[in-house]
Amino acid sequence: MPQSLNYLKETPSQTAGPYVHIGCTPNFAGIKGVYEQDLGASMVNDKTKGERITIRGSVIDGNGMALKDALVEIWQADSDGLYNSPFETRGTADPNFSGWGRSAGEMDTGEFCFHTIKPGVVPFTDGRPMAPHITFWIVARGINLGLHTRMYFPEENTANQADPVLGRVEHKSRVPTLIAQKDGNDYRFDIHLQGELETVFFDI
Amino acid sequence: MQKAETAMKNEKQQSGPFIQRDRNWHPPAYTPTYKTSILRSPQKALLSLDNTLSEMTGPVFGHSLIGELDNDLLQNFSQNGDLPIGERIVVHGRVLDEKGHPVPNVLLELWQANAGGRYRHQKESYIAPLDPNFGGCGRTITDDDGNYTFRTIRPGPYPWPNGVNDWRPAHIHFSVFGQGFAQRLITQMYFEGDPLIARCPILNTIPDQAAIEQLVAPLDMANSLPMDSLAYKFDIVLRGRRSTYFENRREGN
Ligand SMILES: [Fe+3]
Repeated sequence: MPQSLNYLKETPSQTAGPYVHIGCTPNFAGIKGVYEQDLGASMVNDKTKGERITIRGSVIDGNGMALKDALVEIWQADSDGLYNSPFETRGTADPNFSGWGRSAGEMDTGEFCFHTIKPGVVPFTDGRPMAPHITFWIVARGINLGLHTRMYFPEENTANQADPVLGRVEHKSRVPTLIAQKDGNDYRFDIHLQGELETVFFDI
Repeated sequence: MQKAETAMKNEKQQSGPFIQRDRNWHPPAYTPTYKTSILRSPQKALLSLDNTLSEMTGPVFGHSLIGELDNDLLQNFSQNGDLPIGERIVVHGRVLDEKGHPVPNVLLELWQANAGGRYRHQKESYIAPLDPNFGGCGRTITDDDGNYTFRTIRPGPYPWPNGVNDWRPAHIHFSVFGQGFAQRLITQMYFEGDPLIARCPILNTIPDQAAIEQLVAPLDMANSLPMDSLAYKFDIVLRGRRSTYFENRREGN
């Protein structure tokens, strides 16, 4: 027998269940007075640098129905491509931009909505630029392990073509599942859990 | 921007990619005995990707976020100072990474049913009554040694529509932030000795019995409060960072 590696195992995931909003967005769930505000409800203030954008979308199941009990979180760089994180080593991010948002979705439709800014360019592991993108994390009843994906921008065609992550998608017909659609002044990004339009999810 | 986010920490610490997730240890996406997973599970292969900065970084919160009663579910929804019905417990533990290092500044968000197994939620229809003094949510942040603690009542088991007679064992839901977005995790804590654990279709989405046991908190008499509360200990392990002894070379060099 060789020596033991003695590493610990990551705590296994369990579904967020139907009542994730009690814990993560209690004010939205009607539980008032415990927290002043729901965490992640607001990402920007009037001093935040960068182009203001709004992203809306739905999480859609294998029957084409929008989930009404999902919780969606996003994480992104500021307009200079810096993350508001103690593990950002390249500089200090815009202190007026949190980089992280959380949406419980509309009560009736389940549609999520984020008011944020367009992120700057962040380098890939080998130093090449990645096209501007926003990381999404989706949990809900019936999802056993939170799903990671990314949203890219439709007007960044050249950068998207050169993006090292999009370049890793084997079936090119699936790349559009990672690119938002322009919807007036807003972006629309629907996330399909299954089916022909299934979004590319990441094992990262 | 809300006050909470300005409390995010922004001081420099060691970065690096996380160890790959062992997906055989987690429940797979498609688990037909848990029926809701059938239409909500991705069917195509995931895109495997080494961490970039987008995953190595993530939101980290400061202790100033936490209000005085945030980790006291006995009191944080109390009306006129009355306490909720139920078995008073302390839940505590450590958050470590896979290499055994404590993880400080981890935000834990908790939610649970009341002692009768009823959630305070408009879509909840179980016959058990609401407790006017129990909201069922709380949060806490780990200290420099990765320790956390909160007070609550032991939640009741409850029936749910899956099979005709499926019951959830008593459990507390945990949402866990680490240092990087790749560590983001939602899980559930169960209680030692609960006979419903072995029968739970959601717990049994986890293929490995040892992994199931990792979610079962033992009774911890050493940390119970005499004449007040029993204690349960629940340690949480997040993905560890890979050691970066060697710099990656740029592709093509
Ligand atoms: Fe539950």
